[in-house]
Amino acid sequence: MRTLFLLLALLPSIAGATMAADVAGMDTSQEARYRTLIHELRCLVCQNQNIADSDAPLANDLRHQVRRQILAGESNQEIMDYLTQRYGDFVLYNPPFKMITLLLWLGPAVLVLLALVMAYLFTRRTRKPSTATALDEEKLRKLLDENK
Amino acid sequence: MIPELGHFALVLALGVALIQVFVPAYGVWKRDPRALAVATSAAQTQALLVFFAFGCLTWSFVYSDFSVAYVAANSNLELPMVYRVTAVWGAHEGSLLLWVAILGGWTLAVSIFNRRLPADITATALAVLGTVSVGFLLFMLLTSNPFDRLFPVPLDGKDLNPLLQDPGMVIHPPMLYMGYVGFSVAFAFAIAALVSGRLDSAWARWTRPWTTTAWLFMTLGITLGSWWAYHVLGWGGWWFWDPVENASFMPWLVGTALIHSLAVTEKRGLLKSWTVLLAILAFGLSLLGTFLVRSGVIVSVHAFASDPARGVFILGFLTIILGASFLLYAWRAPKLASEGEMTLFSREGLLLINNVFLVVASASVLLGTLYPLLVDALALGKISVGPPYFNAVFLPLFAPLVLMVGVAATVPWKRAKLSEIVRHLRMPLIIAIAAAIVVPLYIHGHAPVAVIAGGFLGFWAIVTAAQEIWRRMRAKTTLSAGLLGVPRGVWGMSLAHFGLGVWALGVTFVSSYSVEKDVRLSPGQSIDLSGYEFRFDGVEPHVGPNYDSDYGTVTIEHHGEVVATVHPEKRLYRATQQMMTEAAVDHTPLRDIYVALGEPLSEDASHTGDWALRLYYKPMMRLVWLGGAFMVLGGLLAATDRRYRLTRAAEANFAKNSAVV
Repeated sequence: MRTLFLLLALLPSIAGATMAADVAGMDTSQEARYRTLIHELRCLVCQNQNIADSDAPLANDLRHQVRRQILAGESNQEIMDYLTQRYGDFVLYNPPFKMITLLLWLGPAVLVLLALVMAYLFTRRTRKPSTATALDEEKLRKLLDENK
Repeated sequence: MIPELGHFALVLALGVALIQVFVPAYGVWKRDPRALAVATSAAQTQALLVFFAFGCLTWSFVYSDFSVAYVAANSNLELPMVYRVTAVWGAHEGSLLLWVAILGGWTLAVSIFNRRLPADITATALAVLGTVSVGFLLFMLLTSNPFDRLFPVPLDGKDLNPLLQDPGMVIHPPMLYMGYVGFSVAFAFAIAALVSGRLDSAWARWTRPWTTTAWLFMTLGITLGSWWAYHVLGWGGWWFWDPVENASFMPWLVGTALIHSLAVTEKRGLLKSWTVLLAILAFGLSLLGTFLVRSGVIVSVHAFASDPARGVFILGFLTIILGASFLLYAWRAPKLASEGEMTLFSREGLLLINNVFLVVASASVLLGTLYPLLVDALALGKISVGPPYFNAVFLPLFAPLVLMVGVAATVPWKRAKLSEIVRHLRMPLIIAIAAAIVVPLYIHGHAPVAVIAGGFLGFWAIVTAAQEIWRRMRAKTTLSAGLLGVPRGVWGMSLAHFGLGVWALGVTFVSSYSVEKDVRLSPGQSIDLSGYEFRFDGVEPHVGPNYDSDYGTVTIEHHGEVVATVHPEKRLYRATQQMMTEAAVDHTPLRDIYVALGEPLSEDASHTGDWALRLYYKPMMRLVWLGGAFMVLGGLLAATDRRYRLTRAAEANFAKNSAVV
């Protein structure tokens, strides 16, 4: 769902995908790799579009590039490396894990752990200390023993 | 003259909004009932003035007054009437006016329905809403006046962005804005609670229906937006984790957390300060969303720097509103002591964990949305954060949420017994696991682990929601007594959770079993996709009201029978010379067939040659939006529970009696 605001700025490149029959000559696994790759690569001149959905000339070139390299037998990593070398990390929608993206990748995990610990401590804090005196504990144990 | 009247109404509204802020604030400070009473009349006057201005802009569009710059930029003589009316919110200035008008609507509603509340609470809440209004009116008048004139007057307008000339766009923005702006009411009540120092179950009971209503509009807005993108953008997707999408998703997540924590605050008197914080955050994220899409930072940090007036204003406004709220919160919240104890294994405990996951999910979306901007602004390079990141982060946060949905509705308040819960949930667990394995195998013949896992989550939410209703109905003797005996609030909760399950099923199936194919076809040629035979019957030229199109015809057969004839189009809008892909979709509840027309592939570009087509087979696509629809319906039932009305009447009696004493 892209709301109206942004579209105004980016219309020229968004108006629909080119649907050339790119996958001619690929086997099933190559075609699957091709589809995954073009969905994870950014059209660098568009406003937040991958090269699968964009019909900008650059997106077209990049698709052909990916296609050629797949048919030449190169691995996904080799293709990504090649494109990153030329265009930088900006071309990758899946940001690589490195120093600069450390916070990005670890942030959510750290946050969820921190929040869970805080929630746990919060529930501990709400327990009234008066209900947990030594005497009570002893009584409780007795009662429990009786019930066994 | 009409535009001048509109402009003048906005200036007047600003003046009245200032009265709406300062006079009641003085009344609260001095405990002056006359000053408090001003809040209601000022709020209503202000709302009517803004409505009037909105009417003026609509009038200018309907009568194509191209001397108004905004109309000239976003309308055209050929533009059909319905889109002239919706073009009012088709671009920056007008959508701000819509924002303010909807804020006026919410303000009006608060001033009418909350007359029975203590006068100082209502007055504070209205003053807070007035503050927001002042900010946006100033923003409009200083940087984005929709009534600015244009000279010389053009003979015709530039036309509305073709992407917005779509039924989905007619209602999506108003619904979404109803949600965005609706959270301002919860925010206003939160501030009123902080100022008055009174935050009890009654407060939570007033705030709940307002928050639920805002939430249901937001859910509707997001769902409609997703549906619009699906059939207008031509890439067959329904969500791209685009910053503008995230801008609406973040407040939705926090708003969902708020709905749940309000339940705890009402029923158990716990999590009070947390609830207030969530109300501030939900509205803060709504403002942040507005900032993100309005300032141009998303397009580029540099675009923001080159034309900073608008962005700086919203950023300043955001800082003031949130800064003041957090200061007030830090000062007053410690006094909102919660009574009672809380254990993790109880309904309130599980709702707390639900809040943890929802808020962290929202924070993660925020992190992913702002990270590239930060990296760029700090000159550390340029990176992209796209769907692969968001999916990887969101899924592990989302799965526990859905698991808890089933448990939390069964677990009683205060303290739960594990053995009882296990007994209750044994059956749903077995059914959900069985369905998750059998259904995909039955429909598609193979079931990858991802589908079984996702399907389990979906069925789990669906079965446990149905069980909750069943459990309550069983107590009654007849079916009708059972159906009517279940309180609306419970119906609402169960329907919304049911919707969540339906949504999860849709997402699972559509992302695992979708098939797409890019093909080259000449007229008369057929191709097979997932057992469906697509026959391309050619393309004809077609003249629309304000566009010319290539009008394709594709006949779809299944088992030798024609199931649909669809017409994908490529439109060229005459005024803007922009191309638009109108995908054609044939759908049943269980599958979508999506056909988009690509480029003509023959040299002479005649209509009889080969065309590129993109075909999709998307099983259970409808469930994604159907799930959203169930959530909206659930919200509607929950917000209109009789409880809220009865207690309001009871409070009125109480107020009257205490006034007499």
